[in-house]
Amino acid sequence: MGPEILRDISFQIPKRSFQFLSGPSGAGKTTLLRLLFLSLAPTRGLIKVFGKDRALIRRDELPHIRRKIGVVFQDFRLLEHMTTYENVALPLRVRGREEASYRGDVTELLKWVGLGERLNAHPPILSGGEKQRAAIARALIEQPDILLADEPTGNVDPPLARRLLRLFIELNRSGTAVLIATHDLSLMDQVDARRLVLADGRLAVHD
Amino acid sequence: MTDSTLKSLVRPGSGRRRRMAPIVPAQTVAGHALIAVIAIMTFLACLTVGAVTLVRDTASVWQSQIAREATIQIRPRDDLDMEAALDAARTIAETFAGVRAATVVDSAATARLLEPWLGTGLDLDELPVPRLVIVTIDEAAPPDFVAMREAIRKQVPNASLDDHRNWVDRLVSMARTTVTIGFTVLILMLSATVLTVIFATRGAMAGNGHVIEVLHYVGAEARFIASQFRRHFLLTGIKGAAAGGLAAIVVFILFGWWSGRNMATPEADQATALFGNFAIGMTGYLGVGVVVILVAALTAATSHATVVAHLNGVDVGTTDHL
Repeated sequence: MGPEILRDISFQIPKRSFQFLSGPSGAGKTTLLRLLFLSLAPTRGLIKVFGKDRALIRRDELPHIRRKIGVVFQDFRLLEHMTTYENVALPLRVRGREEASYRGDVTELLKWVGLGERLNAHPPILSGGEKQRAAIARALIEQPDILLADEPTGNVDPPLARRLLRLFIELNRSGTAVLIATHDLSLMDQVDARRLVLADGRLAVHD
Repeated sequence: MTDSTLKSLVRPGSGRRRRMAPIVPAQTVAGHALIAVIAIMTFLACLTVGAVTLVRDTASVWQSQIAREATIQIRPRDDLDMEAALDAARTIAETFAGVRAATVVDSAATARLLEPWLGTGLDLDELPVPRLVIVTIDEAAPPDFVAMREAIRKQVPNASLDDHRNWVDRLVSMARTTVTIGFTVLILMLSATVLTVIFATRGAMAGNGHVIEVLHYVGAEARFIASQFRRHFLLTGIKGAAAGGLAAIVVFILFGWWSGRNMATPEADQATALFGNFAIGMTGYLGVGVVVILVAALTAATSHATVVAHLNGVDVGTTDHL
């Protein structure tokens, strides 16, 4: 068994809440996000996701729960053989939905994140900011109950970072709980929001 | 990145929507290499199947041809009426159940048999040449050779019955050994094909790890992901295996055509003596079909197992995926 990365952590993410998760590199932010996204199981302790004990969730239930959780990966995780439109539509497509039933929604969402003119562009020719917005749009397309974003402004310049932050705030106002993992203090200073600070494997909550 | 690639990547936002890209990326370099590996291994496996079929059929023909006849040989003696002895031997043979016919090899035919050694214009009466009675046998219900031999020995002096048992036994033994060796080679070849296809498929799948993970993270069910890859690799397997199988069939047809076309030449006579007319037969072609289906199914099954293993790793892994 490896070293204990997180210990004695207890917190809750309320519905419709907005919070930052911060801490130095290597503090365990990504590990905590993975625990919340159910891609990692804790060695001990209790995690409840949408009221369900994570330890009791069967493997075949994971996809259904994940559809309520939107994730923006630090490295975007866009599929390069698909267009922006196809990448964003992917969560709906894997559920077996007909393209005609979601075409309008995907196009509208891409316009909302400022990618209305880049529907048919492939990721290799998108800028860092465009990829970031495409990744955000993909995380939002199923209107998740909670959005987890790992360093969503890590690859963009300050004006675009502010624009993305406004996007998250707008999303939160529409009812989605948002957790943004970042070590960008200037970004956090722009919003009066709850802060979860990780250091030495422990978590301090500043409401 | 070339201009043409860039043009294909950048398309105007409006206009008619093209077909959605497949979930699993189209063929990559690894994918093309996989098709080539599958085609080569299937080709070799099919050739082995064809060769084993040919050897088995030929061995069976050898046995049946030699077991179809027996020979009564009557050696000359001063006081022996050869023609009467031949007739007696023929009559005795015909009385046995399991004998379809008994034919005396007449003087002219015997002379023709000896012509290569003794030349033409041979007078058999001047030479102590043994004479033969050819007994054609019902292979399904052969006669009692022991009783026949005893009866001939008693009634026709200087006669002996050769039921070719020694030859048949040797040929049966040789044929069985040849077929066993053939099947051993076939099993080794199929094992090598199976392992090569498994490893090549896993290699081609390695480049798709990120696709599996993304599908997994956007909420795709494991069976959906597995089915997408299974379908993709089944097609890859069918393409490669069909190419290899077809190439093998072409080789069989070409050899058959070559042996038919060169029937009269010394080289072909040797081959024909050993392998008949070099026809693979329906069993061989069915074997090729089975190998093609097996390889294609194996490719799909390997991709399925790889996806399942990868998904298991994604959910319990400890490296940073986010």
